[in-house]
Amino acid sequence: MDIVAELLNGSKLAISRAITTVENEYDEATEIMQKIYPNTGKAYVIGITGPPGAGKSTLTDKITKEYRSRGKSVGIIAVDPSSPFSGGAILGDRIRMNELTMDDGVFIRSMATRGSLGGMSRKTAEVVKILDAAGKDIVIIETVGVGQSEVDIVKTADTTLVVLVPGLGDDIQAIKAGILEIGDVFAINKADREGVERLNLEMEMMLDLDQSETAWRPKIMRTVASQNQGVVELVDAIEDHSTFLTQSGMLEKHRFERTRNEILAMLDEAIKIYLMKKVAGSKFESLTTEVNERKNDPYSAVKSVLSEVLK
Amino acid sequence: MEKRIRVLVAKPGLDGHDRGAKVVARALRDAGFEVIYTGIRLTPEQISEAALQEDVNVVALSLLSGAHNTLFPRIVEMMKAKGLDVLTIGGGVIPDADIPGLKAAGIAEVFTPGTPTEKIIEYIKANVK
Repeated sequence: MDIVAELLNGSKLAISRAITTVENEYDEATEIMQKIYPNTGKAYVIGITGPPGAGKSTLTDKITKEYRSRGKSVGIIAVDPSSPFSGGAILGDRIRMNELTMDDGVFIRSMATRGSLGGMSRKTAEVVKILDAAGKDIVIIETVGVGQSEVDIVKTADTTLVVLVPGLGDDIQAIKAGILEIGDVFAINKADREGVERLNLEMEMMLDLDQSETAWRPKIMRTVASQNQGVVELVDAIEDHSTFLTQSGMLEKHRFERTRNEILAMLDEAIKIYLMKKVAGSKFESLTTEVNERKNDPYSAVKSVLSEVLK
Repeated sequence: MEKRIRVLVAKPGLDGHDRGAKVVARALRDAGFEVIYTGIRLTPEQISEAALQEDVNVVALSLLSGAHNTLFPRIVEMMKAKGLDVLTIGGGVIPDADIPGLKAAGIAEVFTPGTPTEKIIEYIKANVK
C-alpha cells in the first residue's frame, strides 16, 4: 500500500497506519511527514481543554455534529493520560462519541500522553497534520482533563476553547494564571446547574482586568452539552474568532510563529542527538569522573566539550 | 519511542453489564497496554470501524447476553473486509460447547468467568502480532 497516496485520498486505513507510524516513531515516519507536508495548513484547528469531568468529550461530540450539519468534515484527536507507573492508559473519550463512528466525514483517534505533561501527547501536532493532509476541514484536539498549567494546546490550536463548570471554586481561581489565560472562547458547560450566574460574572470581571491590547475579547458562552443546548451559538462563537483571526492577519502571524517554533524544536532535538553521539564514549566518561571528583567543574567541562564538538 | 500494545475493549449488542469489561480494561492498563474503552451497546459496524480508526493490535469483546455466536463472527468478518488483521478474543458467559465454533470463526481465544486477568495478559503478550 502506498500509504501517502492513499492518505491524501482520505483512506481511513492509511490515516490510521500513518498515525501509528508517527506515534511509535517507526523509521518511515519522517518520510511520510515530509511527503504530506505540502498538503497541510488547510484545516482549522480547535483545541478543547478544561478540568476532568467538565464535559469536554460530550461537547466535542456535539460541536462535531454541528460542523457536520454545516458541511465540514472533522478529525478528532482525543487525548487521555498514560499511567506514570505502568505506562498503560484507558482511553475512554470514544464512549461519548460512538454516534460519530459511523459518519464517513469524521475520523476519531484516541492518544495516550505517553509521559508528556502539557495536556497533549508529544506527537499530537504531527497527527493534526496527518488529518489535515487527509482533507479534514476541522481538526479538534480534546486535551486530557487539565488543572491549571497544562497549556501546550495554544501552541497547536488556532482557537482554544476552555470548558468550565459552575461550582469548582471561588473567584480567586479566576485570576490565577494558567488555563484561564488561554481561552479564546469559554464554554460554561452544565449551565443548568446552580452557580452559573456567579461563574459568568467572575469570568467577565477577569476579562475586564485584562490589560493586554488585543482586539479580541474572549467570548463566554453557556452550554448544556448533554441536552445539545447552546451548541449552535458556541460554534458561531468559534467561527467569529476564526473570522477575526483571518481578517486581522493574526492567523497568518500565529501560524508563522508556530512553524518557526516547530523548526527550532526539531533543530533542538537533532542537535541533541548529534551531541549525544559525539560526546558519548570513554573521553566523556573520564570527564564525568573528573567533575564528580571535583578535579574539574561542570561549567568548564561543558565549555571544553562544546569547543571540541563545534570545531 | 517504545511501541505500546493497543487494545479495543468493546461490548457488542444489547447488554448493559460492563463490570467484567471494566475489570479487564483496568488490568490491561496496569499491564502497560493502551486500552480504548468504547462503552456498552455497540453494533458490529461501530466496533470494527473503531478498530480501524484506532489501529489496535487486539480487539477484546465482552458479551453476556447469549448473542455471541451471531455477533463475534460478524465483527471478525467486518474487520477483515476493512483490511485489518487483529488478534480478536472474547469473554463473558459463553458455554463451552460454543467455543470451538467461535474459534473456527476467527475468535483466537475465549475467556469465561473466573479467568484470572493475568492469564488474559499473558495470552495477549504471547500472541499479539
